Amino acid sequence: MSQSYNRGLIEDFGRWKEFSAGMWAWIFHKFTGWVLVGYLFTHIAVLSTALTGAAAYTETIQTLESLLVVRILEVGLLAVAVFHILNGLRLLLVDLGVGLHAQDKSFYASLALTGAIVVASVPTFLAGVF
Amino acid sequence: MSTQVPEQTEEESSADTESQSQSAAQQARMEKKRDRAAQRDQQREAEEAEREFSEDGTYLLKVFRYDPEIAGKQEPRFDEFHVPYHTGMTVLDALMYARDEYDSSLTFRHSCRQAVCGSDALFVNGRQRLGCKTQLSDLEEPVRIEPLPHQEVVKDLVVDMEHFYDQMHAVEPYFQTNDLPEGEQLQSRENREKIKMSTRCIWCGACMSSCNIAAGDNKYLGPAAINKAYRFTMDEREGEDMKEHRMKIMEQEHGVWRCQTQFSCTEVCPKDIPLTEHIQELKREAVKNNLKFW
Ligand code: HEM
Ligand code: SF4
Ligand code: FES
Repeated sequence: MSQSYNRGLIEDFGRWKEFSAGMWAWIFHKFTGWVLVGYLFTHIAVLSTALTGAAAYTETIQTLESLLVVRILEVGLLAVAVFHILNGLRLLLVDLGVGLHAQDKSFYASLALTGAIVVASVPTFLAGVF
Repeated sequence: MSTQVPEQTEEESSADTESQSQSAAQQARMEKKRDRAAQRDQQREAEEAEREFSEDGTYLLKVFRYDPEIAGKQEPRFDEFHVPYHTGMTVLDALMYARDEYDSSLTFRHSCRQAVCGSDALFVNGRQRLGCKTQLSDLEEPVRIEPLPHQEVVKDLVVDMEHFYDQMHAVEPYFQTNDLPEGEQLQSRENREKIKMSTRCIWCGACMSSCNIAAGDNKYLGPAAINKAYRFTMDEREGEDMKEHRMKIMEQEHGVWRCQTQFSCTEVCPKDIPLTEHIQELKREAVKNNLKFW
């Protein structure tokens, strides 16, 4: 008889404006989690320059830290890590069934707190690079 | 004609206050809902007063249209209808007016018109809602009415519910027990209160449609089916062995563990069932059960 019509991807990410707090929390949490995993590899790569000697390690670190991009990426890393930790604690509470009615507020609180911590950290991270 | 909605919301909230042993989260949620309803009522009165004098007294609907059987209508489009507004008019009332007065081919499901049958869950202004339980005056114009997302469209606003019903049936949504008592099988008041909210489901499919995970994983049982399972798992009259049997269904790969606590189902459920809370409780129950067998 009638064939049905599939509306495809437009139903999903095309509707991002209609996402609720919990959906954003989930997307950000997955994203930050995988960024952290990615960072872990670069972190190991940088640290392992120490295998070739103390001087090589010092030089690598000094070069990296003299670059503005690296400093900015560090601020980004902090943002990602802080959000992941705060929202991770929120998720643990949700798993325990604590404060379920405030789940959207606790997401906004995680965001706000992340923002505040990141802004406060900017002077430290960017000091001496200019 | 349509029910007087302001009265209806009052009745509903007074019925809710009767239950004493609701969880704190649920109470807080209901509290918030009542506040919002009161606020809406005020706003609605103000808006209606304004509307009477200004504008032309109509609401603009933008309705999704699609008909695979007619050559010119196979490409989905939006049709506009200007529907004359009357106090208390719901989205369903407006759709019925559009169908009766402007275009008799406009197709949608409805039956009870009082949030009982669950046939008219629609995607209205970006959110899953029951047409008959949604006041036009709560919505911004134009009112965009689409079929439920994540389900295939059969025609206009009618979606294929087969998959949803399959998921509901997969959890054995009926009372079953191995120890039949002599007489009546009585339930304690406390136990009744515990499952009360979960019994309210009207199989509308709004929750399933709102769930990102269910959209990506067709095998995921989904909030409504898990809530249905909760209703029987937590019913003490079924007995321990039946509870174990039900937990086995819940613990499957595409059962409770797929839930990522996005809360979208809880937010859209027209019967205010705390779906995420129920799913989380079943997850904890599953963990406790498995620890026992170590
Ligand atoms: C105090 C620190 C941390 C806390 C509290 C935390 C907490 C959590 C929680 C609760 C989840 C959600 C699991 C779920 O329900 O789906 C999660 C997911 C995840 N975390 Fe973390 N985490 C932390 C640190 C990290 C670090 C350092 C990494 C990277 C090396 C990481 C990578 C991930 C990833 C990739 C996911 C997503 C997994 C998935 O796809 O389901 N996390 N984290
Ligand atoms: S749980 Fe709520 S949203 Fe889901 S089918 Fe039942 S009544 Fe509809
Ligand atoms: S028509 Fe029955 S639920 Fe809306």
